Amino acid sequence: MNKEIVSIIQKDQLYNLMLKGERADGRAFDETREIKIETGVIEKAEGSASVEIGDTKIIAGVKISPGTPFPDTPDVGVIITSLELIPLASPEFESGPPREKAVELARVTDRGIRESGAIDLKKLCIIEGEKVWMIFIDIHVLDDGGNIMDAAALGSIAALLTATIPAERYGLGEDAPLPMRDIPVSVTAVDIGGGILFDPSLQEERVANTKLTVIPNQEGAIVGMQKSGNGSLSPDQINHIVEVACKKAQDIREKFLEI
Amino acid sequence: MADKPEKFIDENGIRSDGRRANEIRDVKIEVGVLSRADGSCYLEFGKNKVMAAVYGPREVHPRHQQKSNRAIVRYKYNMASFSVEDRKRPGPDRRSIEVSKVSREALEDQIFTEYFPKSAIDVFVEVLQADAGTRTAALNAASVALADAGIPMRSLVSACAVGKVDDTLVLDLNKDEDNYGQADMPIAMTPDGKITLLQMDGHLTQEEFKQGLEMAQEGCRQVYEMQRKALMDYYSKKTEVLSTEVTAAEDVKGDAPEEPEDVTQVEVLEDTEDTKKIDDTNETGDTRETEGTKETGDTEETEDTVKAGDVEELEDSGEEVPDTGENADETDGQMDESEEEISNE
Repeated sequence: MNKEIVSIIQKDQLYNLMLKGERADGRAFDETREIKIETGVIEKAEGSASVEIGDTKIIAGVKISPGTPFPDTPDVGVIITSLELIPLASPEFESGPPREKAVELARVTDRGIRESGAIDLKKLCIIEGEKVWMIFIDIHVLDDGGNIMDAAALGSIAALLTATIPAERYGLGEDAPLPMRDIPVSVTAVDIGGGILFDPSLQEERVANTKLTVIPNQEGAIVGMQKSGNGSLSPDQINHIVEVACKKAQDIREKFLEI
Repeated sequence: MADKPEKFIDENGIRSDGRRANEIRDVKIEVGVLSRADGSCYLEFGKNKVMAAVYGPREVHPRHQQKSNRAIVRYKYNMASFSVEDRKRPGPDRRSIEVSKVSREALEDQIFTEYFPKSAIDVFVEVLQADAGTRTAALNAASVALADAGIPMRSLVSACAVGKVDDTLVLDLNKDEDNYGQADMPIAMTPDGKITLLQMDGHLTQEEFKQGLEMAQEGCRQVYEMQRKALMDYYSKKTEVLSTEVTAAEDVKGDAPEEPEDVTQVEVLEDTEDTKKIDDTNETGDTRETEGTKETGDTEETEDTVKAGDVEELEDSGEEVPDTGENADETDGQMDESEEEISNE
């Protein structure tokens, strides 16, 4: 969480580049770094994906097992999302229970999947009130190159799309893919001195005060949003981010995630 | 918990609680309600009841958190276990960690932290009763409490949520609308239109989002006026009282004016009354009862009756305390102490 360690020179540099309409790595403001997605990387997990966005590297694993439903929702499956910022990924991460940054990332990832209705949770009911499929999505950040948020969301949905319900192992019928209905994609942008930069690099993320994540679903509606960071955004900036995010999400979905 | 209503909005455009789509719930704001805090605010937003306290600028503990060039801001959002239908397990959960983080970030930039290097500004918000929209209610209270604490700020922060039910955008969701609605989007903003908090879950088309953002801004502006009025009323009264007391005091003896009485009337006065009551029951109740039962001669029994009687009375007086987290805590502490005293005897 040591956001403080950014030299003034670096700040100035990024700001001045922004004024000229440029970014340090030569990208356009709304250009995403190269994305690589590989699914099925962990054989022991029911679903898994490794995602790279630029230098950022994450692995998402999905484990599925039968469990007891929550008393207030006895006939739907359970999603539990966690994210760990392990010390291997950055000198700034420390071991121990998740801090607020990790909690926020996990909860926003969860929000996208849950609110878009990506998984048809009703179909995960085995015996109402007694047994449902529990889906554990665990995201391990391996390398922090900025914009962990989008990588985490991308990794978890990619892992879910390829996950199998291990019904045979528990004597509950035949293995089947997860009942997926939607593909939410998270798109994040930061504000540096008034310029909106999409898919921020680590450097940009540190210099920026404000970050906005928008999660559109397949039909281009918004299912989740989160503003993060100290600063503020104007309504115009927000509307701009939403507009671009919906387009970008569609691009990413078509390129990487169509079933 | 109530089941999902068939319709959230009737044919006349009226919502289940009698509001129109663009109306916020009733808001009540009281400033300066806690005696120990540097600034405080009790706020009701519909059925939400929240209490905010601000401490600081003060020394940073643990020390390593301090920043040499500015104050750090800490924000703790906490839900009382009795604030919701099913008892909430006390202590921070992932939700309240996230709420605390985004709320702190919504306020931090509005505070002139650079004026107070190496210090901490602590904001504590206790949700005493929750009824949808607690984070916005908490933030509104926190903002007022910061102003009450005299922390220099660029502006107040006002928060309000917008959501969607029956495919219609509505301002400031109530509990049913929150539980069964299609979207919820809390925002916070400054009076000059900078948005400092924005979260959303549910389902909104781009067009709905745009409209919703505007609606929520309108809601925030209404809240801002109320926050401002509450602060103005409180401080104009306070200065009035102070000046009359000063003249009165000068007339008589020239004594230093006491704390004006009606400043913190509700909380502080009742609090002291309670404290007295408790003390009274301890001492007088104790002796009286002992004397009364002396004839039977059984000391053990005497002690028992004393204890039972005392505790009951204490609990009664505890209930009279207005349901404010801080006060309830204090009374609790006193109860424990007095019980201990008795058993020591």
